[in-house]
Amino acid sequence: MLRPMNPPLRIESLVKSYGSRSALSGVSLEVKEGEILGLLGPNGAGKTTLIRCVVGRVVPNSGSISIFGEGVGSPSTRARTGYIPQEIALYPRLTAGENLDVFGRYAGLGGEALAASAQSCLTWAGLAERAKEPVMKLSGGMKRRLNMAAGLLHKPRLILLDEPTTGVDPQSRQRIYAMVEQLRQDGVSVIYTTHYMEEAERLCDRVAIIDNGKIIALGTQAELVRQSFGTQCELWLHFDGEAAPTHAAWASARGGTRNGSSFRFTVTDPAAEIAEILESARAESVLIRDLSFRAPNLESVFLHLTGRALRE
Amino acid sequence: MILSIVRTGFLNLRRDRGALMLSFVVPIAFFSIFAGIFGSRGGGLNPVSVAVVDEDRSEVSQRLVKALEDESGLRAAAAPEAAKGAAPVPYDSRSAEAAVHAGDVSVAVVIPKGFGNSPTGFSGPGGARLRLLTDSSDPVAAQVVFGLIQKAAIQSMPDLLTSEEMRMLDRLSGGLTPGQRARIDSTVVRLREYVARRGTRPIAGTKSEIEPLSGGLISAEIRDVVGENKKNPLVAFYAAGIGVMFLLFSASAAGGAILDESESGTLDRILSSRVTMTNLLLGKWVYAALLGFTQLTVMFLWGAFAFQVELFKHLDGFLIMATATVLASSGLGLLLATSCKTRAQLGALTTLVVLVMSALGGSMVPRFIMPEALQKVGLVTFNAWAIDGFTKVFWREEPVSHLWPQVLVLVGAAALFFAIARRLARRWEVA
Repeated sequence: MLRPMNPPLRIESLVKSYGSRSALSGVSLEVKEGEILGLLGPNGAGKTTLIRCVVGRVVPNSGSISIFGEGVGSPSTRARTGYIPQEIALYPRLTAGENLDVFGRYAGLGGEALAASAQSCLTWAGLAERAKEPVMKLSGGMKRRLNMAAGLLHKPRLILLDEPTTGVDPQSRQRIYAMVEQLRQDGVSVIYTTHYMEEAERLCDRVAIIDNGKIIALGTQAELVRQSFGTQCELWLHFDGEAAPTHAAWASARGGTRNGSSFRFTVTDPAAEIAEILESARAESVLIRDLSFRAPNLESVFLHLTGRALRE
Repeated sequence: MILSIVRTGFLNLRRDRGALMLSFVVPIAFFSIFAGIFGSRGGGLNPVSVAVVDEDRSEVSQRLVKALEDESGLRAAAAPEAAKGAAPVPYDSRSAEAAVHAGDVSVAVVIPKGFGNSPTGFSGPGGARLRLLTDSSDPVAAQVVFGLIQKAAIQSMPDLLTSEEMRMLDRLSGGLTPGQRARIDSTVVRLREYVARRGTRPIAGTKSEIEPLSGGLISAEIRDVVGENKKNPLVAFYAAGIGVMFLLFSASAAGGAILDESESGTLDRILSSRVTMTNLLLGKWVYAALLGFTQLTVMFLWGAFAFQVELFKHLDGFLIMATATVLASSGLGLLLATSCKTRAQLGALTTLVVLVMSALGGSMVPRFIMPEALQKVGLVTFNAWAIDGFTKVFWREEPVSHLWPQVLVLVGAAALFFAIARRLARRWEVA
């Protein structure tokens, strides 16, 4: 009889409070084998606390975490988990190669295995030619990539990536995306925390939206959009900053919600409803500067569920 | 505008506890320590401890011993303190020399056989001269004792000194007249009566009576029994003192790496790998100890080549003391680091602790010149124990088996520091 396999990560009813402040309020989720699960939420939503619970750096008040069927902190769990913190957790005076050597040894590697792993991680991060450069002399993007490489030396099967693109220029960000996609091809499981919606959309198989310490939605991007919007689309009307407040009553009467100097309308039958809204605007002399039409995305889902934008 | 800048400066200072401590606490602590050392509570220098050996056992020598024992500038004793209930065993020249060697007394005075027959230096080189056994690390003590022996002799045996002087005068001048001799004899009788009346109490206010007798009457032979063959007597002491002080600074800097790691997130990464906090602290302890050991070795090697410190002659003692000392200093470095939240805080605390410990423990000023109470206070610092150990090795040339009290204290301190640091580091383990 086949034994059911334990998932890389299973979290059940996790609660963590710091004094009276609740950081996690009953979080439950599961990461499947070979899956990239995006943990999407604004700053302070509880993403990093959740990750730190998984690596054993934060002890939850209640709830359980199992990694490949084992508790947090056991030697085999540590060997199968790779943690990449949000900060550049490297020794700045050591070279890139020396840093990998140090962290490889901390992970229990040595000898040829360590040398081979360090070399392959440097190549993966595109830093093979900068191995002898002190970290303090590397660019921000290079440091980020090396930071990621340092967490993968021991070839973990579950990787926890905590906002790996923070403070990185667009070009380096693309490079990091390529590195994460490489991980997907290698079949490892990844939790990827971010507050960039486009990252979650591009990289993640499923997305858990976290806000105020709670998972408020979990599924593929398509599932989340369908759950929130069904077949509806969004029409955005943009106004000049000064004019927008005067048109609030008009937009609100037609189901529009304000977001800055723009109003968002949800439409089910785009051809008929858009024509109707535009006609009404012309009749009431509402001056529209610009309009856009789009299918709802994760940002729309977040806005729909929380009533505020992701980066507020 | 200028006022705003001044206000900003004070606001920043108020928030920066480290800077506040350096501005006010450190200077006051230093002032108090050095005032304690040199102010000596208004009483001048400490009495010099002296072992007195009376080989002559004549009436004259006993008068001198009594006078030395009564001298307030000395703490003279003819026998070491005996254990409770046991009878004191008087010093002989060998045990007195050993006491100087061990640092139990600063000087030993040996009154040789025949001293009573000719106590002054007038009888020429053939006379029995006092022997002063001294420690050359404390050159002042020998001079003080020599001076106070003259004073004690004048006070305790003016009659004998006068007789002796007159005998010399009689011989050198070709003979005194009977009248002169009679007057001198009567003066000697008066002096003897005076001494009998007064005992050996200090003679304040009677200066005119002793004036003719003042001067270097009692000759003595001074011999360094500690450091007698050393070319550069105090260098080993300072190598140890300064070495230990800087060990503390470097140990604290090495221990402080954990604060950098905490701040940069590296600590999170390390502790989520296979490394435990105990492993991490042990690793940092060993690193700081090896660094400190190298520092001390370099310091003593330089001392050996540039200042004739006898490192190679005492290599075993050096290795034992250096190991015990660096274990303690690196333990303290870890303790300081784990008790701070930031590097800046650690910098301020280290400056305070290291400078105070160094001043009290004898790294800056030898403890033997401090008041006795302060010498005892100094023993709470491990600088004092380390320096005492190095002094035993390089100065007193004691066998390494004599180092056990220092090694025990230093290793014990190291274990205690590490245990407290481990306890303090729990705050980083989990949130």
